[in-house]
Amino acid sequence: MVMKIDCKRMYYRKLNSMIRDAVKEGETEFILDNVNGQRYIGNGINKKVSITINGVPGNDLAMFMNGPDLVINANAQDGVANTMNAGEIIIHGSAGDVLGYGMRGGKMYIKGNVGYRTGIHMKQYKKQIPVIIAGGTAGDFFGEYMAGGVLVLLGLDRDENTPIAGNYLGTGMHGGVIYIRGEVEEYTLGKEVSVLDPDAKDEKLLKKHLSEYCKHFGLDLDELLSKPFIKLIPVSSRPYGNMYAY
Amino acid sequence: MMSQIPPEFIVKIDYDTCRRCRRCVMNCSFGCMQFKDRVVPDHKKCVACHRCVTFCPESAISITKNELTYKDSANWLPETRQNILKQAETGGILLTGMGNPRPYQILWDHMLIDACQVTNPSIDPLREPMELRTFLGRKPNRLEFTRDGNDEIELSTELQPQVKLDVPIVFAAMSYGAISLNAHRALAMAAKNSGTLMNTGEGGIHKDLNSYTDNIVVQVASGRFGVTSEYLNSSAMVEIKIGQGAKPGIGGHLPGEKVGEDISKTRMIPVGTDALSPAPHHDIYSIEDLSQLIYAIKEATDYTKPVSVKISAVHNVAAIASGIVRAGADAVTIDGFRGGTGASPMVIRDNVGIPIELALAAVDQRLRDEGIRNNASILCAGSIRNSGDVAKAIALGADAVVIGTAALVAMGCRVCQKCYTGNCAWGIATQKPELVRRLDPQVGAERLSNLVTAWGYELQEILGSLGVNSIESLRGSRERLRGIDLDEQTLKLLGIKPAGIGQ
Repeated sequence: MVMKIDCKRMYYRKLNSMIRDAVKEGETEFILDNVNGQRYIGNGINKKVSITINGVPGNDLAMFMNGPDLVINANAQDGVANTMNAGEIIIHGSAGDVLGYGMRGGKMYIKGNVGYRTGIHMKQYKKQIPVIIAGGTAGDFFGEYMAGGVLVLLGLDRDENTPIAGNYLGTGMHGGVIYIRGEVEEYTLGKEVSVLDPDAKDEKLLKKHLSEYCKHFGLDLDELLSKPFIKLIPVSSRPYGNMYAY
Repeated sequence: MMSQIPPEFIVKIDYDTCRRCRRCVMNCSFGCMQFKDRVVPDHKKCVACHRCVTFCPESAISITKNELTYKDSANWLPETRQNILKQAETGGILLTGMGNPRPYQILWDHMLIDACQVTNPSIDPLREPMELRTFLGRKPNRLEFTRDGNDEIELSTELQPQVKLDVPIVFAAMSYGAISLNAHRALAMAAKNSGTLMNTGEGGIHKDLNSYTDNIVVQVASGRFGVTSEYLNSSAMVEIKIGQGAKPGIGGHLPGEKVGEDISKTRMIPVGTDALSPAPHHDIYSIEDLSQLIYAIKEATDYTKPVSVKISAVHNVAAIASGIVRAGADAVTIDGFRGGTGASPMVIRDNVGIPIELALAAVDQRLRDEGIRNNASILCAGSIRNSGDVAKAIALGADAVVIGTAALVAMGCRVCQKCYTGNCAWGIATQKPELVRRLDPQVGAERLSNLVTAWGYELQEILGSLGVNSIESLRGSRERLRGIDLDEQTLKLLGIKPAGIGQ
């Protein structure tokens, strides 16, 4: 059964409690229409349910989420996938700031651009390796403080004068990996990252994630892979290890 | 580079009584005691943790301060000079543990409690009921009642979630990582025995503590280590940690050496990686953002648990606390500048923040002035040393107090300030299995429960002498406090009269 909810003029607390109650009773599929800024959709849900969101959801979408699949047929706002543990988020538009803060697992695919501090303090633990792929450009502090996981930035649909990523790229990074389709200026890099060419293993990983990405957005994988990627990794896994007198 | 730093302590061994059992050698976790043909101490390594002293069967060991004389200077104290030497040798930030040791004025010691004489009777707590029970959480602005069909009166106001404490004393947030699993176990058991709360700190929760859910506060800090919806729901209350009294405004750093298999599991990060907690929460840059996180947690816990926010006592604490309460917090924990830490830069611990006494008075007053005091409970932390401090804190406006250092001392801590080294000889602030084993959780729990019970009795004595029979009657009753040796401005800030003035 599919549960359809018309979210027009509905307060977020009512909407989310309706979803929580229905999930408890075994509902597995939701279609939310006329969503307009309701916060916390998917928050803390621990079951493998699917939620289709028609309209722009509010902040902290999928926060503490542990399992569901979300499809957003519009843009998304700030704080998507905050402290998320597992699940999948497909955004058919752009998304705001602080995406994937402390994200520990699951996937987030964004068709368009992303704002500031995307992937900040993303982590990984054993088999849980979070992945964020953004199709457009990113604001400043992309991958800041990153401790694990995979960030991919494609830079599609931009004019030549628009840089693919903002300043302070990977500042404070001490784990994980960032792949960028194109070049970035040296001065935009945080001092904790180094730039490498992807090796065969990286290409395999990229291919795996990007083919899934292409499937969701109807893009051509070969075309995506036709342009070279750069790889950013931290210089040290312990950037601040030597600052103290014991 | 040869170290020029002289030993801080001198270890004396009475070789006449020493029977060379080597217990001191086995017990020293700082490598100070060696056995050649007899026990030979390396004075430089002694931290005065008293482990050897306590376990020497002949009481043959004593530790004294190194009385090495420096040329007198009231300005260049020996420790000042030694710190400079240390930094000249390492080029690093001085790390330290525990609370601020510097001789700042302790305002608790300048406040005295009232008692009844003749005109109003005191109460004998040995025979009369004395209520210490305290509820943490948002209280309604007003209560409304209705009559049901049988003419029975019913409460119609919907109450917000509350946490019941049998005593207004809870254990402070100390993470598994900063302290050992056995210390966590002891705190959880004691919290259950004493009808109070322990706090996981930032670092997740070990599965062994799953049965203590009703006595656990889980913390959400900037690193979000181990934070999942399951973790949030394994608690009596959720606390957002913004700041800590010993290190306001700065983040945390658990070095990779301490991240072993078990810590890795609770923090949910790979073994051996540094656990870096950023200074701010990156989703909180304003009161509005804080509100967003508070309600995100309420959504994830289905509005069944109070959410508290912990901040350091800083200059603007009253306005900040007001914002926190307006943002939807059900409790505010204020941690004063003498509060403890597992590791902090010394310069921050010793110089940043304000005393808890002033912060507490300012926050309580501000919330009262704004008519929102009932919206949140106030927890007062940052060096509560005895039940006298507890009573004074409650009279100044706290709903409950938070004890960290006192709890550790009860378990065996000697406040040697070496928590950051991970070598704690008492098995508290360490992750080394051979040291952790030294702390028996059962014994630790018993010692903690004893402390809470003892302070509970003492609080009852104080209430009795004040002529009141519940802690509720003392809460915020500053008229029952008087100040001594305090200037006018401080008295005004504390909202108390000087001793010698009647009503």
